[in-house]
Amino acid sequence: MKILVCISNVPDTTTKIKFAEGNASIDTAGIQWVINPWDELSLTRALELKDDSASGIKSVTVVHVGPATSEPTIRKALAIGADNAIRVNAESSDAWFVAAQIAEVVKAEQFDIIMCGIESSDFNGSLVGGMISEFLGIPSVSAVSGINIENGQPVLTREIDGGKEIVEIPAPFVAIVQKGIAKEPRIAAMRGIMMARSKPVKLVEPFPVESLTEVAEFEKPSSRAACRYIDAENPAQLIDLLLNEAKVI
Amino acid sequence: MSVLVYTENWDGKFKKLSFELVSYATGVAKMLNSTVTAVSVGKVEETELRKLGNYGANKIINVNNEQLVSLDSQAYAYVISEISRKENASVIIISNNNTGKAVAPRLSVRLKAGIGSGVSKLPLNLNPFTVYKRAYSGNAFAHVIIKSDVKIITLAQNSFGLIDTANNATIENINVSVDGSLLKTVVKDVQKQTGKIVLTDADIVVSGGRGMKSPDNWTPLVELASLLDAATACSRPVSDEGWRPHEEHTGQTGKIIAPNLYIAVGISGATQHLAGVSSSKYIVAINTDKDAPIFGSAQYGIVGDAMKVLPRLVDAVKAIKK
Ligand SMILES: Cc1cc2nc3c(=O)[nH]c(=O)nc-3n(C[C@H](O)[C@H](O)[C@H](O)COP(=O)(O)OP(=O)(O)OC[C@H]3O[C@@H](n4cnc5c(N)ncnc54)[C@H](O)[C@@H]3O)c2cc1C
Ligand SMILES: Nc1ncnc2c1ncn2[C@@H]1O[C@H](COP(=O)(O)O)[C@@H](O)[C@H]1O
Repeated sequence: MKILVCISNVPDTTTKIKFAEGNASIDTAGIQWVINPWDELSLTRALELKDDSASGIKSVTVVHVGPATSEPTIRKALAIGADNAIRVNAESSDAWFVAAQIAEVVKAEQFDIIMCGIESSDFNGSLVGGMISEFLGIPSVSAVSGINIENGQPVLTREIDGGKEIVEIPAPFVAIVQKGIAKEPRIAAMRGIMMARSKPVKLVEPFPVESLTEVAEFEKPSSRAACRYIDAENPAQLIDLLLNEAKVI
Repeated sequence: MSVLVYTENWDGKFKKLSFELVSYATGVAKMLNSTVTAVSVGKVEETELRKLGNYGANKIINVNNEQLVSLDSQAYAYVISEISRKENASVIIISNNNTGKAVAPRLSVRLKAGIGSGVSKLPLNLNPFTVYKRAYSGNAFAHVIIKSDVKIITLAQNSFGLIDTANNATIENINVSVDGSLLKTVVKDVQKQTGKIVLTDADIVVSGGRGMKSPDNWTPLVELASLLDAATACSRPVSDEGWRPHEEHTGQTGKIIAPNLYIAVGISGATQHLAGVSSSKYIVAINTDKDAPIFGSAQYGIVGDAMKVLPRLVDAVKAIKK
């Protein structure tokens, strides 16, 4: 079986977000780009499965839709341990566009398990994974916090309100992963970084589709009123304010 | 033309979230001079269905199909897309919760409908159709134009509230049969915690960070939560250390919540933590360090030792309960 891990390239989570002229895009100056945290974890889990010979996973490929400037992020995924990579050479204009591209990649190369993160930390869409599966007409499981392969049968854990479910699903399918999928992201070792240089990155030209949405403008969150301090000796005053001023208890 | 809203039920009951969705759909329908059709899937009694009318639904479509007992996103997306075609829906509204995240993107592809996800306000504009959504994990908001004919909005929980709009809604019971090839997910086992307030449903959340110092110090925090009918939560290092269960971890890599009140005890307020809680209506911070970043996001703060402040808060709540 072959796994495809979808990775998006996002600003490091501690980056201060500034917008470019016109506020329709972010100012990329000085931004540190990273693999979206969920995708790092799904890559880690994919590699753990591949390391376990009983799982039947033979290869782990990463796919990214983005311009040449995101190559360092792809190299990082290869250094962590992915066998090879595919880059669809286009700006990721919206989730629909990205998912349509990845669906074409899957059609061409036939993967058994496609892994996506629950959301990318830039656009917070939570859309790409579900869209890929519908473009392909294959099942998907969302909010996946565990994935195992037992005697060739994929068994997933998914989070539901106040609990979890154990789910079986036939391949090919899309797993949309969240917390729990792997403990700590695997990091690249020196050997991996050396080897990544010679691993293949296949370049694919985009499939022609129109995007369905566009960002007109970004704005900063409105700032909250300054904090009102209450004396630590008198927390009853806090309860009074929550009850009578904020009216939330 | 109508506004379609998918109202999820839990064991045959709707939650505040479902009523909030209908309230929101009613707001959108007003802007469009249109009507609201609510879709419910699964076994729900008529008296329960009628409640959707209290928030403005004009028509309620009840799909009680034996095949749809557990969530199979492929099948649910098929059913909702068939109904929206039949109802000629121009806008479809779904929650941004786990179910919505599983179903909405599939629905989008079926209907070639652009999505605004995690939307927290009524549309800013109808022409072009522009929605307001969270981006960069709460560090920004985006005005997103949806260009397709049919539009999907997934609504951020607790962002709109409930608005009473009594309507004598009609109920239509229908059966949409689903081809077996769309039902591939087999649920083998369900593990549910019982008796606990579900974190993502809670109006009040009391949350502890590393400043709680040890897993043995949690008693007053849990007691405060229980007195306030609140859920308990924690920062990531706390769940990583195993002091508290993983389900309680809030933040960018944990649960994203938006309660009316979030009480952060011994939490520094790192951006990744705030990413999961910054949409709370009110934040209270309790921290020994007056310069902790959490105070920058809080409306009320107490500079002090959690171990001293929590028992006093417990007493103060007990006093008003009397
Ligand atoms: C990719 C990534 C994702 C992450 N995702 C998350 C996430 O989802 N959620 C999350 O929470 N973190 C996340 N983190 C970690 C985050 O950066 C912080 O390290 C974490 O939130 C800090 O937790 P804390 O506030 O409990 O602990 P600390 O930062 O150690 O803060 C403890 C606070 O307690 C105060 N304190 C100490 N003693 C007392 C006392 N007696 N009484 C009251 N206050 C006291 C201190 O002044 C301090 O402010 C992530 C990090 C990365 C890199
Ligand atoms: N440009 C992209 N290239 C490859 N995968 C992507 C891209 N954008 C999003 N994804 C995948 O889709 C997931 C969810 O992203 P989103 O729907 O944008 O929140 C991410 O965690 C990735 O796995």
